Amino acid sequence: MSDTGKGDIRSALSNPGGWKSLIVFSVLALAWLAGFSSRLFAVIRFESIIHEFDPWFNYRATHHMVEHGFYNFLNWFDERAWYPLGRIVGGTVYPGLMITSGAIHEVLHSLNIPVHIRDICVFLAPVFSGLTALSTYFLTKELWNPGAGLFAACFIAIVPGYISRSVAGSYDNEGIAIFALMFTYYLWIKAVKTGSVYWACLTALSYFYMVSAWGGYVFIINLIPLHIFALLLMGRYSQRIYVAYSTFFILGLVCSMQIPFVGFQPIRTSEHMASAGVFLLLQAYCFLTYVQGFMTKSEFRQFFVFAIAAATSVGFVGIIGLTYMGYIAPWSGRFYSLWDTGYAKIHIPIIASVSEHQPTTWVSFFFDLHILICVFPAGLWFVIKDINDERVFIFLYAISAVYFAGVMVRLMLTLTPVVCVLAAIAFSKTFDIYLKDETKKPTAEEIEEKEKNDKYYDKVGKAKKPSSEEGEKEEGLGMNVKSIVVVAILMMLMLFAVHCTWVTSNAYSSPSIVLASYGQDGARNILDDFREAYYWLRQNTHEKARVMSWWDYGYQIAGMANRTTLVDNNTWNNSHIALVGKAMSSNESAAYEIMRSLDVDYVLVIFGGVIGYSGDDINKFLWMVRIAEGEHPKDIKESDYFTPQGEFRVDSAGSKTLLNCLMYKLSYYRFGELQLDFRAPPGFDRTRNVEIGNKNFDLHHLEEAYTTEHWLVRIYKVRDLENRQRSLDVSSKPIKRSSSKKVGRRKKGVIKHKPSVVKGKRNKSKKQTSTKKTK
Amino acid sequence: MPDSLKSVVCKFYDEYMKTTPKRLKVIDAYLFYVILTGVIQFGYCALVGTYPFNSFLSGFISCVGSFVLAACLRVQANPQNKSDFLSISPERAFGDFIFAHVILHLVVMNFIG
Repeated sequence: MSDTGKGDIRSALSNPGGWKSLIVFSVLALAWLAGFSSRLFAVIRFESIIHEFDPWFNYRATHHMVEHGFYNFLNWFDERAWYPLGRIVGGTVYPGLMITSGAIHEVLHSLNIPVHIRDICVFLAPVFSGLTALSTYFLTKELWNPGAGLFAACFIAIVPGYISRSVAGSYDNEGIAIFALMFTYYLWIKAVKTGSVYWACLTALSYFYMVSAWGGYVFIINLIPLHIFALLLMGRYSQRIYVAYSTFFILGLVCSMQIPFVGFQPIRTSEHMASAGVFLLLQAYCFLTYVQGFMTKSEFRQFFVFAIAAATSVGFVGIIGLTYMGYIAPWSGRFYSLWDTGYAKIHIPIIASVSEHQPTTWVSFFFDLHILICVFPAGLWFVIKDINDERVFIFLYAISAVYFAGVMVRLMLTLTPVVCVLAAIAFSKTFDIYLKDETKKPTAEEIEEKEKNDKYYDKVGKAKKPSSEEGEKEEGLGMNVKSIVVVAILMMLMLFAVHCTWVTSNAYSSPSIVLASYGQDGARNILDDFREAYYWLRQNTHEKARVMSWWDYGYQIAGMANRTTLVDNNTWNNSHIALVGKAMSSNESAAYEIMRSLDVDYVLVIFGGVIGYSGDDINKFLWMVRIAEGEHPKDIKESDYFTPQGEFRVDSAGSKTLLNCLMYKLSYYRFGELQLDFRAPPGFDRTRNVEIGNKNFDLHHLEEAYTTEHWLVRIYKVRDLENRQRSLDVSSKPIKRSSSKKVGRRKKGVIKHKPSVVKGKRNKSKKQTSTKKTK
Repeated sequence: MPDSLKSVVCKFYDEYMKTTPKRLKVIDAYLFYVILTGVIQFGYCALVGTYPFNSFLSGFISCVGSFVLAACLRVQANPQNKSDFLSISPERAFGDFIFAHVILHLVVMNFIG
């Protein structure tokens, strides 16, 4: 596209405006295209499927909405989840995502383009990444200049920190929410700049979309008041701010309450109180400045002191009083865990158990943002040096996002856009200095070259640019210095593009439903055990069968197997999860009691010992114990599961409680008979690299129903009560195992697989669980 | 203190009567009316209770919203603030005012239940 642009130079040069907009247009189009196509690794390597855990629920809900209509979706009571409680889906979900894809589906079908809803869901996030790039361009343009905007659009299109949540198939709230976030900020900046009610209304509407899409809207509704408050403190109050904020706040407030899941929270919880407080403060301030116009200084001072004292004390006492009386809920636990990183670990193990809620490591900053994270402080400095009303905003955004990204890995996502914006400003400013010459539009031209570098980093763009620039360099810094700097920066940008592609293809493009392993000859081996097991459940069990598993797999079981689950990834009921955790960590007969009381028909466990898959249930097991201990401290004690030396081990040195608990038995049932490799003893666990400690045991209350090809998923059927009480000394009377029931095709003792590396999950290994929680 | 405060208020009143254009006075009257309705609703909820909470909220928010939007209109239409709002003529301000009201009251009607 930019090549055609080059061809038009001669005719277009006469009209610089047209030339410029052509470049802008083509760069943005290329950014969109590059962003879209670099997100397709997963689709090309695997297939067009929904990834991971939460997206399965979103997909299921979308499917339900498309089939049954919007109102039925809002009133949907899902009896397949949280057995026996059920879940009111319409009232506990952010519907923005489903409505968006449902609307696209509707439009396409009305145009007679019969696309299945699944494909829309798979490709929604990549498409929206292009919209994010556009709104980042507009935001940066308002903050700095169009050149920096183009940089920012290119960065956000390919930066791994954002790709991690928006590859094709990861059909999750964040995919559209980042677009809504950036667009809201752009409109807000616009509203602050013009002071127009119109832009403020649009901000509120965009905020409404954000509220409907993601719980992260709380970030907006705290950041914008913070912006206003900072402006007031800096003495930058103007009537424009009053107009923008008042309109935005009141419309945003009433709009956000339309989402059933949010409900009355905006006036009831402390997270939202800052915005209301700033609103009142702004009203008072505006009134005072208005009155000030009529008075002399000394008169005003009397009045001012009196009024300010009265207003603040009334407001403060009011909010505290309401909090005490219970009208305003205090901050939620999740919110506290943002301030005190140890809080969740002590009080809410279920939040801490999610690997996405861990503090971020330094490496992942570089991994996700590469050169941008190094340049971003420079951009911040340029912004501070040349501050104005709207740059205060980006400054505050940067500071708060850096803090939150440091606290929680998943909030890296909110940091990424601002890093792109500020790094773009830094690059643009640098190029302004080092490319200053006769041509009137150095940045735009530069960007265009850079854009080409981003896209075709191995092609000519990089080499051509410096040479063309070198000839034009003259006085000032000296040609050599300038060209060296320019070449160096272009090299860095090129490396950035390479890094982005590499990270995207290696780290963020595995669906985690289908695994791939690479054999010694480099041949790829697809492990499709998850879908195999879910499909078995779907075909071979009763329609109303209830499947117990750890909560990570709840959405997938509901989505793919279409069976009732006890707990799932929407972890709203801690005690129910703790009950499942207790069943998993008790011994078999105690667990049987619990399973009977919960009407469990099947138990599903994930076991990676055969192929060396590290995200299996044994590795997550300690969290089950911890969560169970939180609710049932009498029955479950975490220390029982450790050796006296405080180690967690599954070999013969492991603790007796661990070797006899249900999870252990279900994972390792008959594993002792399996010799994977001639060099290792039978029952050698490849994930933990030990020979298991408890090999020859039998199950009394459960029987094996199905085990997948690579033993990744194992399903057990819970037996009915015996007709006649059976004596429990097993040694004398061996139990007849699975004589009548169907046993899945188990290939006992087959040495099928060479040691293999499972791609995808491996890098996350020692982290606890791998899913995240719907916020 | 009360004396000086009283004189300040009196002076303010005189100044206001003298200098404010008639158009703005109309808006001020409207503002006063909106405040009155808000106060009445608040008094009602304090005396009777907030039972259909969404109805109360939408009524009250509609009041606050109308007040704020009218205040914005007043700010933008005020000739003294011309320097702040170069691109916005009073007519444009009124158009924006209508636009915002349409959105506000559509949502309020949806919320009132």
